Amino acid sequence: MSAQEVQDWISKQVASNDVVLFMKGTKEMPQCGFSMQVAQILNHLGVDFKDINVLDDVSVRDGIKAYSNWPTIPQLYVKGEFIGGCDIVREMFQAGELQELLSAKGITHNAQTLTA
Amino acid sequence: MAMAAADIERLIKERFPDALVSIDDLAGDGDHYAATVVSEAFRGKSRVEQHKMVYDALKGQMGGALHALALKTKAPS
Repeated sequence: MSAQEVQDWISKQVASNDVVLFMKGTKEMPQCGFSMQVAQILNHLGVDFKDINVLDDVSVRDGIKAYSNWPTIPQLYVKGEFIGGCDIVREMFQAGELQELLSAKGITHNAQTLTA
Repeated sequence: MAMAAADIERLIKERFPDALVSIDDLAGDGDHYAATVVSEAFRGKSRVEQHKMVYDALKGQMGGALHALALKTKAPS
């Protein structure tokens, strides 16, 4: 794919899936600790999300960084909006803000907060 | 490739002279850091904007020479 085609493909993924996680590895088998943390948080909240493994395609791995102007992976998108990487998602989850954001955007999730 | 904690701190302070910066070398390998940056510059900005400002201050090193930087940013309370 050309760089423009990659951007178009990413736009389509982000537009057609309510919750998308660009990650290293898959939700079943993350291949990076940061990606794993975000996948675990989403699983913990019972959120149905699409995982896109950037290790499958170097053009997507580079393209997603250009798409969001964000230098690292993972990257979480909810209803087309870039939410953040691992640190931000974890911070929002711990503060209960991620749950609020999901509710505000009409994403089904269970209302668990951090325990222990 | 790796980057010294002092270099990270210098780049951040060049951009945010008022910043309180603390950096931990998590694995002792000069490649996995956690940084907390507190600066007035972050007031009123979203977390994504705040982190982008720090990444920008690091001049493209993030994701390159700097593999892992866990980042926490806030304005002084």
